Amino acid sequence: MDFLNALALITNYILLPGFTYGSQLALGALGVTLIYAVLRFSNFAHGELMSFGAMICILFTWLGQSYGINFGILPTALIFLPIAIGFTALYCFFIEKFVFAYYRRKKSDPIIFLIASIGVMFFTAGLIRFIIGPSDQNFNDGVRFIFNVREFKAFTGLDEGFGLKTSQAITILTTIILCSILFVFLNKTRTGKSMRAFSDNEDLALLSGIDPNKVVLLTWVIAGGLATFAGVLYGLDKIYKPFIFLQMLLPIFSAAIVGGVGNPIGAVVGGYVIALSELFVTFAYRKVLAYLLPESMEPSGMMQFLSTDYKFAVSFIILVIVLIVRPTGIFRGQTI
Amino acid sequence: MNDVLRRSLVFSTFAVAIVFIGFLQSWNVALGIFNLCLISATMALGVNIQLGYAGIFNAGVMGFAALGGLSAVIISYKPVSETISLGGLGILICILILLLGSVLGVIVYKSNLSQAYKKILFPLIIIVVLLLLNLIGAPAVERIEAFEPAASGFLGGFGLPIILSWIVGGVIAGLVAYLIGKITLGLRSDYLAIATLGIAEVIIYILKNEDWLTRGVKNVNGLPRPVPYEIDLQESTWFIELCQNFGFPLVETSSIVVKLSYCFLFSIVVLTLFILSEVALKSPWGRMMRAIRDNEISARAMGKNVKARHLEIFILGSAIIGLAGAMLTTLEGQFTPTTYQPLRFTFTVWVMVIIGGTGNNYGSLIGGFLVWFLWVEAEPLGLYLVELITSPLSETNPLRIQLITNAAHMRYMMMGLLLLLVLRFAPKGIFPEGR
Repeated sequence: MDFLNALALITNYILLPGFTYGSQLALGALGVTLIYAVLRFSNFAHGELMSFGAMICILFTWLGQSYGINFGILPTALIFLPIAIGFTALYCFFIEKFVFAYYRRKKSDPIIFLIASIGVMFFTAGLIRFIIGPSDQNFNDGVRFIFNVREFKAFTGLDEGFGLKTSQAITILTTIILCSILFVFLNKTRTGKSMRAFSDNEDLALLSGIDPNKVVLLTWVIAGGLATFAGVLYGLDKIYKPFIFLQMLLPIFSAAIVGGVGNPIGAVVGGYVIALSELFVTFAYRKVLAYLLPESMEPSGMMQFLSTDYKFAVSFIILVIVLIVRPTGIFRGQTI
Repeated sequence: MNDVLRRSLVFSTFAVAIVFIGFLQSWNVALGIFNLCLISATMALGVNIQLGYAGIFNAGVMGFAALGGLSAVIISYKPVSETISLGGLGILICILILLLGSVLGVIVYKSNLSQAYKKILFPLIIIVVLLLLNLIGAPAVERIEAFEPAASGFLGGFGLPIILSWIVGGVIAGLVAYLIGKITLGLRSDYLAIATLGIAEVIIYILKNEDWLTRGVKNVNGLPRPVPYEIDLQESTWFIELCQNFGFPLVETSSIVVKLSYCFLFSIVVLTLFILSEVALKSPWGRMMRAIRDNEISARAMGKNVKARHLEIFILGSAIIGLAGAMLTTLEGQFTPTTYQPLRFTFTVWVMVIIGGTGNNYGSLIGGFLVWFLWVEAEPLGLYLVELITSPLSETNPLRIQLITNAAHMRYMMMGLLLLLVLRFAPKGIFPEGR
């Protein structure tokens, strides 16, 4: 019984939030990794793309709500997600056409691409704050919990329990579906294969008649779509803050690098590794240990490795360790 | 000759812009902008050394600037004797433990023990140090932070003149840069940018959360100044007489005099740094750096130690950024960790260097000046633009109100556009790097 109680505690405070946050990171890292695989640069604007997608979705949600549209127990934002994806993909299309296409033609250094992506980041950040303002927006209007802690306790009779938020369930499910579609697309379809071929060996891909412009545009569109998903799901789960996405950039990059840059499976695994370790390291184990250990050994302190304030530092420390020990990442991506 | 003409033309245009602001808005505003322009130029000089001379992408400018700010607090704030007696000893012991731990770590790393032993010893040292820190540090920190949390609750500083912190800020930033550089400089450009971005975030988190050191988000106010206070000037007889003789308004003149004295101090720093950087660039050392940047492999073939040179330049540039950070905190008279935003500190400084011309010190100066000037003036300009565009809409139109309240954020868009345009159409910047 004690063991089950401890497990319920860990599920509530680490596993569920960890897998949710990990899914959001994984979607973000997938976008970063795809851009890296095809265009060979680290896209610093990706955080702002997520923010952009979420913003468009919020704007349409407000519009929809003013006409009385809602999605029952699910958040209204989900209805307008496809529109937001369309807009973000269009925005990415314009970025590619007006900014990156030129450097691609000139075969510029990756670092020039990186600087250009910072220009895009600045511009997008300004655009977002200009349109929606710098304040927080809460747009999750669905039912908050599928079942909460109290209901769980009453159902199982345990002393501790966990609640499942609607946003958590949506996030995890969507991520599983999206990743499956993406992997089927990359491995089974002709277009996906041409993308992988292009990433693997550009010259050989050109030789076999793959249109580089098509591949690059497609990559941007997919990255934009994934970014929108990540941004909206993060906003639904927590809250939409225009400033948070620049901070998210660090865990997202860490996730991509830890998994192996340019490797989609690595990006997903990296996302979960980063998110779970953030929570495992900053969780106070006092109550869990109280259940597991005999009474005489009950700990007096909080039993916390690091204060929760240093959550973001964890992803950074993991990044540094991976860079030193195994720079190619867990799944042997490309080295930059 | 062409170069000289170009430089004097650009710099005099900037001078005209400042004078224009002086007449149009007020001299107070103009000098205020110019002081921050000088600080920006200092930061740009630091980044230019890294980015321009050696091609190192440091995305952690914000962190080093914040370290400079921290040193301003530690050097100048008067010591809080109560908290020191409460927890000073504990903190001191913690610092000693940390030092001892790192020394032990280095000894183990350098020793010729087998890998297997090292793999056990390293985590062991880390765990022991962390445990000791928690045991000794946590109660001390708790006692310090519990003491009058609304007014104090931190250790204070040494109560020394704040000017000293400019040097100390540089030294602290340099030391941290040494540690970071040792770990990250082996990486290629993209990874280095991401790693330094992370380090800056971590530094800011520490400053925000370690209340015993910096009061965290409660900020440290009322740092002493290196220049006289306006109120003292207004009360001193010689100043009143001076103003009467020339017919200056008393209050405005006093604040202009204060700003001018800051301006004088900052100008000395900027000029010294500028001359030193120019000399360094023209020296064999500077040529070697550019050779390494342009072709690392052949530089290595010539027997140059690329990694050591990169570390050297990373420390130098970061120290200058730390110095600029200390200057900024001195000017503001308060330390607010929440104001350190990567967009404002890291990437804007990059824009300065790139627009000015990477690798050219004149470029960093004018880049720092111009970009800061635009950053400040973008607000009234943006407001004007938005009002012009939305003027057909009625006064109470929600869209118009929304756009006008958010007009200040036009500056980010402008920075982005500026960077993209310069990168595309004039990638060498205003002053291209000379040969």
